[in-house]
Amino acid sequence: MKLTVNGKVESVDALTLRDYLAHTELVDKRIAVEFNGEIVPKSIFSETLLQDGDVVEIVHAIGGG
Amino acid sequence: MSNTLKVGSYTFKSRLLVGTGKYKNLDETGRAIVASGADVVTMAVRRTNLGQHPSEPNLLDVISSSKYTLLPNTAGCHTADDAVRTCRLARELLDGHRLVKLEVISKSRTLYPDVVETLSAAQTLVKEGFEVMVYTSDDPLIAIELEKIGCVAVMPLGAPIGSGLGLQNPYNIQEILDQLSVPVIVDAGVGTASDATVAMELGCDGVLMNTAIAEAQDPIKMAEAMRLAITSGRLAFEAGRMPRKRYADASSPEAGLIK
Repeated sequence: MKLTVNGKVESVDALTLRDYLAHTELVDKRIAVEFNGEIVPKSIFSETLLQDGDVVEIVHAIGGG
Repeated sequence: MSNTLKVGSYTFKSRLLVGTGKYKNLDETGRAIVASGADVVTMAVRRTNLGQHPSEPNLLDVISSSKYTLLPNTAGCHTADDAVRTCRLARELLDGHRLVKLEVISKSRTLYPDVVETLSAAQTLVKEGFEVMVYTSDDPLIAIELEKIGCVAVMPLGAPIGSGLGLQNPYNIQEILDQLSVPVIVDAGVGTASDATVAMELGCDGVLMNTAIAEAQDPIKMAEAMRLAITSGRLAFEAGRMPRKRYADASSPEAGLIK
């Protein structure tokens, strides 16, 4: 299955959003996730099923003015 | 009390708001913030670098949300849609936090605010329950419009972002101060302590700065200078300056001079 994550197409072998984030070691980090244009609260990462073509944005805080 | 800054539902002790960009490292960032005495600290929201240094220290580990009020910005957004998406992500990232710094900037070398997109994003964000502190040009009409929309603070630029030129149009800032009831915070353009003092002496409610501190030769010392500059500018404003005169007015009395 192919996902677009932060603008890059990736081949992914994961059932849920939580599985994917666990694989990237980001699951316990201070991140926020937008899934197909909608914010996904952390509490439902494990209920969010992935499908081919899903678009995911994963963000964190960095320095800025 | 006159020495607190009230923005929406928040009250801050310091009238200096600082950014976290352009520092050498997170340690320097942390020390500069402490020296500045600021309560409000801005941050940006960016895509994570997938697969790169997952254990790297995070800005949110250095700047504790129990000590500081984090102010996520929409820096780099060129459209209202992107700015709104960024604020929604920031709210999720910061566990429901509603205070945001809205900035929609042009792609030009001035990084001037795109006020058309800014007005549109402000409307959406206010409707969605955000408390919006908005970066804008020093145009008094746009400032009034942003207040009408419901922004909790209006933040006109003193000069272009990162330019360090100081307040270029104090008359426009003064006009904005005269017209608005929400806090007016000069955001961008300050280069050194006296620039911050000038803004405060005009009656601005605060100053937001990043580059002036981060790109000083000694950022920690400059952060302290800015803390003092904001305090003295505010005190001078509250004290009320003497009128300007075109000619001298002797300080020592004429009477009693020896002959």
